[in-house]
Amino acid sequence: MVKIKVENLVKIFGDNYKKAKEMFDKGIPKEEILKKTGHTVGVGGVSFKVYEGETLVVMGLSGSGKSTLLRLINRLIEPTSGRIYVDGDDITGMSQKSLLNLRRKKFGMVFQKFAIFPHRTVIQNVEYGLEIQGILPEQRRKKSEEALELVGLKEWGDKYPKHLSGGMQQRVGLARALAIDPDILLMDEAFSALDPLIRREMQDELIDIQSRMKKTIIFITHDLDEAIKLGDRIILMKDGVVVQEGTSEEILTNPSDEYVEKFIEHVDMSKVLTAQAIMKSAETVGFLKDGPRTILRKIQEAGISSIFVVDNQHKIQGIVEAEDAASIIKKGEKDIKSIISRNIKTISPEMPLNDLLPMMVDTKYPVAVVNDEKRLLGVIVRGSIIAGLAKRGVE
Amino acid sequence: MQDLLKGEWNNKMPIPKIPIGNIIEAGIEWLTKNFAGLTRAISQFTASIIDAFIDILMFFPPWIIIIVTTFIAWYITKKIKIAFLTILGLLLIWNLDLWDATIITLSLVLFSTVIAVIIGIPIGIFAALNNRARGIIMPILDFMQTMPAFVYLIPAIPFFGLGVVSATFATVIFAIPPAIRLTALGIRQVAPELIEASDAFGSTRMQKLIKVQLPLSYQTIMAGVNQTIMLSLSMVVIAAMIGAKGLGGEVWKAIQRFRPGMGFEAGLGVVIIAIILDRITQGVRSRRT
Repeated sequence: MVKIKVENLVKIFGDNYKKAKEMFDKGIPKEEILKKTGHTVGVGGVSFKVYEGETLVVMGLSGSGKSTLLRLINRLIEPTSGRIYVDGDDITGMSQKSLLNLRRKKFGMVFQKFAIFPHRTVIQNVEYGLEIQGILPEQRRKKSEEALELVGLKEWGDKYPKHLSGGMQQRVGLARALAIDPDILLMDEAFSALDPLIRREMQDELIDIQSRMKKTIIFITHDLDEAIKLGDRIILMKDGVVVQEGTSEEILTNPSDEYVEKFIEHVDMSKVLTAQAIMKSAETVGFLKDGPRTILRKIQEAGISSIFVVDNQHKIQGIVEAEDAASIIKKGEKDIKSIISRNIKTISPEMPLNDLLPMMVDTKYPVAVVNDEKRLLGVIVRGSIIAGLAKRGVE
Repeated sequence: MQDLLKGEWNNKMPIPKIPIGNIIEAGIEWLTKNFAGLTRAISQFTASIIDAFIDILMFFPPWIIIIVTTFIAWYITKKIKIAFLTILGLLLIWNLDLWDATIITLSLVLFSTVIAVIIGIPIGIFAALNNRARGIIMPILDFMQTMPAFVYLIPAIPFFGLGVVSATFATVIFAIPPAIRLTALGIRQVAPELIEASDAFGSTRMQKLIKVQLPLSYQTIMAGVNQTIMLSLSMVVIAAMIGAKGLGGEVWKAIQRFRPGMGFEAGLGVVIIAIILDRITQGVRSRRT
């Protein structure tokens, strides 16, 4: 079912936009309109549909008009021309009063700079939307607490925003939007200001919340990876118009023009992927107390040629090759300590792939992924890199 | 040179003088003639309120007022130093035989401030929210602040007669600009994304003002109130020239009788009141964060 339908939406900025609009209707390019009238065409004739329960990602570089587009949909910015239908009702001609009602009931908005009210506590922030609707205090407190719990900030209600980290502040922003139980979530680069780790966490959380709540989401971003991760469909914008619309797969495999292609090119998979993402878990390891026969057996069973050896705290000690194990069995030795090679490379799970690649070239052993305490987390062999990249490409 | 010092001006333009002064005088005359009833009513009403103010404060013995004021100063600022300063300052005023004059001055200043704030804050809000209004109001404020304060006294007299009401009128006009200016500034300084958030959730203009804009500009508005108080206080001596009593009256008496010591004592009283009021309002300002 179509939740939002946008038809030929145009926004020209400036007080005296009539002349600019005439020029725009004649098909004069926006650079020339800007030069002659001083008016900027923010959004130049955009049409699309959003289906109920889907996440539509609008992607584009800064200045592409994507944030303007989002604000046109709840009329924070008045459209110059075009139509917007929400649940079949045209909202472009709506009176101010019905517009307020629409914003109160149907739209929840999350902002790039969080836009949390610094003079209100966390719970008061979450209550804001309900408060202005005139909902009774006990009732709005209850709903807000539920929303806070949903984003994992149940215990933080009485704190002021300045005591919260950026990621937590944006959770408050999300809770504030969810508290009014809107049909539609408008998210304007909601995670762009967060650092990568928190950002990924928030993306996962949004996916989780969405799987339960089934909202209709319009998500603005400039980040292709985020778009691919969150979007059921993606709209790519450039200079105020849509250049491509489709699922992430369609856009990745069949970029409609150079601009889209460039966008995709910019996503360097080897930069995005980390060691942790492509490592195999070290299911088979040898222990210091193991004899050479046990080691050889483990190696053969796993179908590999060498095995990492750890102590009883799972800390990495070195690597043993199948040949060496076989040779000391012949000699009748029982202790493997003499054949443990300490000439191995260990890396942290956060290491990006493009740093990892050169290391793989000049080592014959797999690379061990270890944490700060040198405990073995996983193994990377050459094959796993290719598998990681390939998997990423088709996703 | 001699002529100039005597106040006789030589350089006259060959073109006849533009009658700005005459126009103003005619206007004031017209106002006093046609609105005499109204101005008299305002005058009596204002005078009775100020008298009541003074009577209430005079009803209590000085030591009660001193204790209460000290407690207020401590409660708001939470600083022992300021409480200490308040008690010592007020005791000194009492000791210098300036208590009654101080009460009169304080009543005048507080009353003028209340009026200035009641009128000033709404005008400031209006100026913040309406660009055209701001374009008109701001130059008027510049004019009001640069026009020498004495000038306001002259028309005040035909309107309200000699005395405390004229003094209040001139004081309010002189002290109102910072209340307006800083209210407008505070509201306009609220981060645009917060305004947008408030709009996005469907706030009416009034909800946005009361729940977002005013609370977030509280500190700036209070800075304006503080300045309004200070400006009112600076008017007391000038106001004394048209018959307002109080500390300003004492200074004025000292000038007329050439008694420098007496003038200094009364001036000291003004300084003490200024410091106490300033510290308390600064305390109110920084309390809510």
